[in-house]
Amino acid sequence: MSDRIEVLKTYKTYVGGKFPRSESDRTYKITDPKGKQIANACRCTRKDVRDAVVAARSAFNEWSNRSAYNRGQILYRIAEMLEDRKDQFVKELEKSGTKSKEAMKQVEASIDRIIYFAGWTDKLSQVFGTVNPVASPHFNFSSPDATGVAGIIAPDEAPLLSAVSLIAPVLSGGNTCILLASEKNPLPLVSFGEVIHASDVPGGVVNILTGHHSEMVDHLSAHMDVNAVFNTTAEKETRKLIDENASISVKRVTHYPETDWFNEKHENPYLILEFMETKTTWHPVGN
Amino acid sequence: MNAVTIPDFHQTIPIDKVGVEERMARLNKRSIKKESKLQGLKLALSMIDLTTLEGKDSEGKIIQLCNKARTPYTPMPDLPTVAAVCVYPNLVDAAKKALRGTTIKVASVAAAFPSGMARLKDKLEDTRYAIDQGADEIDMVISRGEFLKGNYSYIFDEIAAIKEACGEVHLKVILETGELETYENVRKASDIAMYAGADFIKTSTGKIQPAATQPVTMIMLEAIRDFYRNTGQMVGMKPAGGIRKAKEALQYLVLVKETLGAAWLTPQWFRIGASSLTNDLLMQIVKQETGVYQSINYFSND
Amino acid sequence: MSEQTQEKSTDESANGSPKPTSPNADLKLDFASFWEYSEAPESSDHVEITERYDHFINGDFVKPAKGRYMKSVNPATEEVFTEFAEGTSEDVDSAVRAARRAYEKKWSRLSGKERGKYLFRLARMIQERSRELAITESMDGGKPIRESRDVDVPLAAAHFFYYAGWADKLNYAFPGRTPEPVGVCGQIIPWNFPLLMLAWKIAPALATGNTVVLKPAETTPVTALKFAEICLDAGLPDGVVNIITGAGLTGAEIVNHPDVDKIAFTGSTEVGKIIQRSLAGSEKKYTLELGGKGPNIVFEDAPIDQAVEGIVNAIFFNQGHVCCAGSRLLVQEGVAGRLITKLKERMETLIVGNPLDKNTDIGAINSKSQYDRINNYLEIGVNEGAEIYQSSNTIPEKGFFCRPTLFTGVSQSNRIVQEEIFGPVLTIQTFRTPDEAVEKANNTPYGLASGIWTDKGSKIFKIGRQVRSGVIWSNTFNKFDPTSPFGGYKESGIGSEGGLHGLHPYVKLK
Repeated sequence: MSDRIEVLKTYKTYVGGKFPRSESDRTYKITDPKGKQIANACRCTRKDVRDAVVAARSAFNEWSNRSAYNRGQILYRIAEMLEDRKDQFVKELEKSGTKSKEAMKQVEASIDRIIYFAGWTDKLSQVFGTVNPVASPHFNFSSPDATGVAGIIAPDEAPLLSAVSLIAPVLSGGNTCILLASEKNPLPLVSFGEVIHASDVPGGVVNILTGHHSEMVDHLSAHMDVNAVFNTTAEKETRKLIDENASISVKRVTHYPETDWFNEKHENPYLILEFMETKTTWHPVGN
Repeated sequence: MNAVTIPDFHQTIPIDKVGVEERMARLNKRSIKKESKLQGLKLALSMIDLTTLEGKDSEGKIIQLCNKARTPYTPMPDLPTVAAVCVYPNLVDAAKKALRGTTIKVASVAAAFPSGMARLKDKLEDTRYAIDQGADEIDMVISRGEFLKGNYSYIFDEIAAIKEACGEVHLKVILETGELETYENVRKASDIAMYAGADFIKTSTGKIQPAATQPVTMIMLEAIRDFYRNTGQMVGMKPAGGIRKAKEALQYLVLVKETLGAAWLTPQWFRIGASSLTNDLLMQIVKQETGVYQSINYFSND
Repeated sequence: MSEQTQEKSTDESANGSPKPTSPNADLKLDFASFWEYSEAPESSDHVEITERYDHFINGDFVKPAKGRYMKSVNPATEEVFTEFAEGTSEDVDSAVRAARRAYEKKWSRLSGKERGKYLFRLARMIQERSRELAITESMDGGKPIRESRDVDVPLAAAHFFYYAGWADKLNYAFPGRTPEPVGVCGQIIPWNFPLLMLAWKIAPALATGNTVVLKPAETTPVTALKFAEICLDAGLPDGVVNIITGAGLTGAEIVNHPDVDKIAFTGSTEVGKIIQRSLAGSEKKYTLELGGKGPNIVFEDAPIDQAVEGIVNAIFFNQGHVCCAGSRLLVQEGVAGRLITKLKERMETLIVGNPLDKNTDIGAINSKSQYDRINNYLEIGVNEGAEIYQSSNTIPEKGFFCRPTLFTGVSQSNRIVQEEIFGPVLTIQTFRTPDEAVEKANNTPYGLASGIWTDKGSKIFKIGRQVRSGVIWSNTFNKFDPTSPFGGYKESGIGSEGGLHGLHPYVKLK
């Protein structure tokens, strides 16, 4: 009996609920800390950004109009799926050099973080919405409303946990997103796309691209149909580029140059609010 | 006249109360000064239906009222007279005699005023009696109980029957808006009255609070405007009850001017049912002419 | 009104009452031929306007470092109203330094309760000087006294009153967090609601413990300088509020000053983008309240007469110089004809003229340049093939006045439908289904305010959720209140002002 040949995974992207290769048909090498190649990842460029934004935009209305309860359940389902595939993610993180214990800690923290934000979907407008006692005979109330399509630029640190910490608040409020996964180690994020796909998240709500950020950030932050940018890059030039690009269409920019992703401070509703507008409705009171 | 389609009165025309009151508040910010004030005061005086509708009314009271109607203020004989006096049917004759030789009309309430709680037969008889006595105008009340029950055809038929009895005599239909309560009801009752043949629509009997209000008058004027556009026919408007001050009277005129325009700014199409308003208008007129604030002691209180 | 019409219309009738001309046979209502309102001007005798205004820095009126002054013109008379200082980098720098000093030495050390008491004082003093402020606003900017008296000034006072109460209650505004002031705030405000926008900016900034450098617009600086006098009268510590006057270059100095911690700007989207760009790479916080092209959607089941009034308030309020104006009327086909007839009738009763006359509904266009801009758009509209309708009322010969204007026969692609005109100019489009209305409403880069008119509550909530804008006025329009947050989606801005939400841009959360 001959040895079984292992089936290797081809890492693709996740766009519009499908797993296409990069439009460029190019890949780049993903290595472990010792420089050994683990796999190839898609080297996405501006056309992939373009397609991902189209997918995110077309998913937006449906996702933001889902009931908060439903969105909460779907986010929770992501956590369930991730818990179910914990071993896979631990292995994937290990491959890229994360120590076993650390990898497990990261996966578990990711699961917990999703659950934290799953719980906020139907509480956000209760805590941050208001009924405003205007002086005229009108009923007036304000509630948070999703901003739209967000571009997320994820860091290399704790690649799964950091990306999850960025996606969850954005999704929780009803936005859709395009994630530029960790450039160094995007593999767990590609797999995370599979988890999302298996969790009743409508196609296009989360789009995951891999590749060199330098080839995508410019196009993503300038794109007229992107409403917000969630940036973790601390690097000054990139930050400035994002800000300048944002001004073309008055995008909301949140710079979040964090490094310690295990810190519980990332579990806070004010992060959700960064991607929410306030909608105030007036109506006369009379008979 | 070409055929007019009568609307389905069970369909409610939406009205937003807050919006109506805001509009009214804005109209009330019009500042009527100088010549326009004097002109408006005189115009209001000419639109008054000088009214007495009390159980204790007598011929003597009517004669005094008619004298006031003829000569509102002796020192200024060139002032306009009021438009009409408004009395109960059994005093129409006395009023006619007292107003002989003037163009002042005699209006009579009829049709079981003020409650309207009687058989149609009796209401028709009441109406014919007032006309026989010489009434130029009839002010009838609608049956509010039937209206609030949703019995709109009853209201329509009753008005139509009384209008038939009136013939050429002008019919004013009193909606008693204080009992209808909502603006939608006021609008509906206005439409029913106009399509059934009313020459005028009128807010109130004066016996129920609130009587005439400005927002209600606005709703009725808007109904008249839509009726005019739909049928080509002008209908008159009469707010009645509770209008005591010259300033309010001017506000009503502004309301008419900016809702229906100049054509309605005449006693032929707009009346104010009132009694004590006359003297307040006179005091303001004299103040405008002389620059001196006035005392009621110098104005005859008939 | 000419003598002739007066004469014709006051023929004596039988009982001596004046008799108007007969109604038009073609069912056109006639609002003009009889009983014209006499002039009712608000007296400006008691309002003191000095010939020249200086900057207000560190509790003193200070001459501009470069000694240059600009002119503010009364747009209703085209005469120079007053002169004011032109701020340069030196002036801005000394104002920022004063604000920083006041922040560190005084204001941030004061308890919330005491800060609040100053704000209450400011609210009261605005009320006390309300007539003077209203008249000044109308003379400097051209808005009708009815609006400056009944809207701008009372709301400005109300804003200070509202935020005064927040000063010692900030811990309740941010669950789970402790708010801290940002520091020195640079604030740049527009010319359409000069004092009110000042209140929107200064009241929340001071309540949260910040100090400010504010620049009013170059066509309407005077009420801000009168507010500076009020700050002195209220005993507000020196440097807490600094007012620098000037035009765009002065604004840029504030935006780019390295020691400013936060920028709050209200104005055009064009300038907003420039500001956002110049803040790129800096740590400054910012809020932007920018332009709009608000859809006002009327369904056939709407209360029509009130909708007509709402449309008038939406587009003709403040000469249409309103970022949240309902400038795009979307009306359901079944009711369009009736509604447009009523709207045209209503427009005939709007009085265009002297801003100080208490009966004026539409005052003067704020400036020559804005007047030219509006007229240019009228030309564009006509050239695009749209049908123009203007009310027939007379307008003064001198001054910048514009008749209320409608465009029908327009389509979504027309420039007059796409671009913010900022004048009394309404475009009218029809729609057939709710989905079509929502699609047209959202088909714009803006998202500030929208109107929805229907008697059906469930439809209001559905459409209100689908329309992407920060304010939804259902069965009403252009209502403002200090407790009610206001802010735009998309290119209409970033962040909210007003209400509890309006505190957020002025704090750091710990």
